[in-house]
Amino acid sequence: MKVAFYPGCVARGGCPELYPATLLVCQKLGIELEELTGAACTGAGVLQEKDRKLGDALNARTFAMAERKGLPIMTICSTCQGVMSQANKRLQDDDAYRAQINEVLKEEGLEYKGNVEIKHLLWVMVEDIGVDKVKALFTRKLQDLRIAPFYGCYIVRPSWALGFSEHPDRQGALETLIEAVGATVVDFEGKTKCCGLPILLINEKNSVDMVAKHTSTAQNLGANAMVTPCPLCHLNLDGYQPKAAKQSGIAIHMPILHLPQLMGLAMGFSPKEMGLERHIVSTKAVEAKIREAQPARA
Amino acid sequence: MRVTLDIGRFNPEAADPKPYRQEFALEVEEYYTVLDGLIHIREYEDPTLAVRCSCRASICGSCALRINGHAGLGCKTKLISVMDRNGRVRVDPVGNMAPVKDLVWDMKPFWDKIRAVEPYLQPEGPEPVEEYIAPQEAMLHLVGVMGCIMCGACVSDCTVLEVDKNFLGPAALAKAYRFVGDPRDGATKGRLKRLNEYSGIWDCTRCMECVQVCPKGVAPMERIMVLRDKAIAAGMHGTNGARHAESFAEMVKHTGWLNEFWLVPRTYGMFNLMNLNAMFAALPVAWRALRRGKLPTPLHPKREGAEHVRRIFEKVEGPKP
Repeated sequence: MKVAFYPGCVARGGCPELYPATLLVCQKLGIELEELTGAACTGAGVLQEKDRKLGDALNARTFAMAERKGLPIMTICSTCQGVMSQANKRLQDDDAYRAQINEVLKEEGLEYKGNVEIKHLLWVMVEDIGVDKVKALFTRKLQDLRIAPFYGCYIVRPSWALGFSEHPDRQGALETLIEAVGATVVDFEGKTKCCGLPILLINEKNSVDMVAKHTSTAQNLGANAMVTPCPLCHLNLDGYQPKAAKQSGIAIHMPILHLPQLMGLAMGFSPKEMGLERHIVSTKAVEAKIREAQPARA
Repeated sequence: MRVTLDIGRFNPEAADPKPYRQEFALEVEEYYTVLDGLIHIREYEDPTLAVRCSCRASICGSCALRINGHAGLGCKTKLISVMDRNGRVRVDPVGNMAPVKDLVWDMKPFWDKIRAVEPYLQPEGPEPVEEYIAPQEAMLHLVGVMGCIMCGACVSDCTVLEVDKNFLGPAALAKAYRFVGDPRDGATKGRLKRLNEYSGIWDCTRCMECVQVCPKGVAPMERIMVLRDKAIAAGMHGTNGARHAESFAEMVKHTGWLNEFWLVPRTYGMFNLMNLNAMFAALPVAWRALRRGKLPTPLHPKREGAEHVRRIFEKVEGPKP
């Protein structure tokens, strides 16, 4: 399949390991990526604080670009996904509002007709490619990994903007893929809660307390890694984990994997190819388990 | 219809008062709500089960509970819509508040926070001869927030309150919006000033839990976002939150995308001595990122089409006052 690829700012900024890992994994999955190089930031919910219409206009511009190519948009970030899904719902549900926004886009020769689908790679794997086909690409069975899922707020809420009623599998997609790589799912209450990143620079104590709460809970439940489809969650859960351990007084060691990294490791890519050496929390224990992994049976 | 209610209970009068779980298997009608199920248990199975309710029609806001881990009204939720394929439903008291007994919780901290935002009109100037008049169109945006029934579902699932009990929380902040947004109120500036402080509007983490669980469509988080914008518009630029929002927008406006490297010092304030500690505290994090080759570059070139992004900003935002 071919998609208009929207990598988002963080996959090339604070989490530079995510972008190359995604390219390798998508190549294996047979997803042809046509990157939307001229698309702007979604606003990440921050621009929307100031002016929702402004955020919707920037996103409508991105949608119009993909619509012109006749392609669905694929994201690799829960925040980008959620912000764009919400904008798309407002634009699709209200023709008058869309016309108003299109007025702003006119000068660039763009118009959004309301026909673009926006999908996270997580959903693409489960819905468009199918778990069995994804599984057939795995060469390693990661049976020794016990993995806690961590979704990121915007890919789970508000549910009415995310197509859950038409696609009920989306709500458990991360668990489905953890099981697909042969690992054990460590279910925990925090998996759909906030990582704390949006308030990191505003109330660092609260933000870091959230990191401590989620990573230590997963650790207590026996997880040896956490996987997330959101690079913003990764920034906080990985980058601020040393501080979280210090602040909470709990010895926390929870490697955080990006979703494409987990897929790539099961597909036989090396930890280096997946950029694991760029993580703040050492992934050595995960790598040791991967070395011991059995070959996967297709 | 066969259903099993797995209830989180608590008896303060027990010898060793600790939360425990108890299951009740019931034969009920398909139209039964969670509250109907609980009342059925209280009437026919165990009269000691404590549950609070009054109107049974999503008006009074008494029966907020956690149903399968998420807050909602017992009277508004049909059992058939929430039971799993084995007919099981998990019911717990709301989160972030202390239980009194079983599913009844202590509302005092909830009301304290509502009171803290002074939830009443404070008009200015001489009293009019008749009533205070407000044009219809100026009140329409308040209809949604006036629908709040004070059930506490949003407070139950607020992710900030889980780590910081001082946060005013979604219900009180939505109530604050109701008065800040009222054209008859004369205390807007003072209200915004207080909301602008720690525990107020900038401490919300925008996780949308409150938007998701509110049974009346109040969307507290969206009201908090408007309060943030109003605080900035009223000239309150000196908080990390305001600087974060403004510098984020500036960066996207001029280049089309975000640069995390500059977001940090610009949020703390480039020459803000008050935040020197925070800046120093960020250095070890930056150092760790640098060593791992993941410190974002300070270079922030314009993206392709950045001039169009800038034009959209100017067109939507209009001329600066």
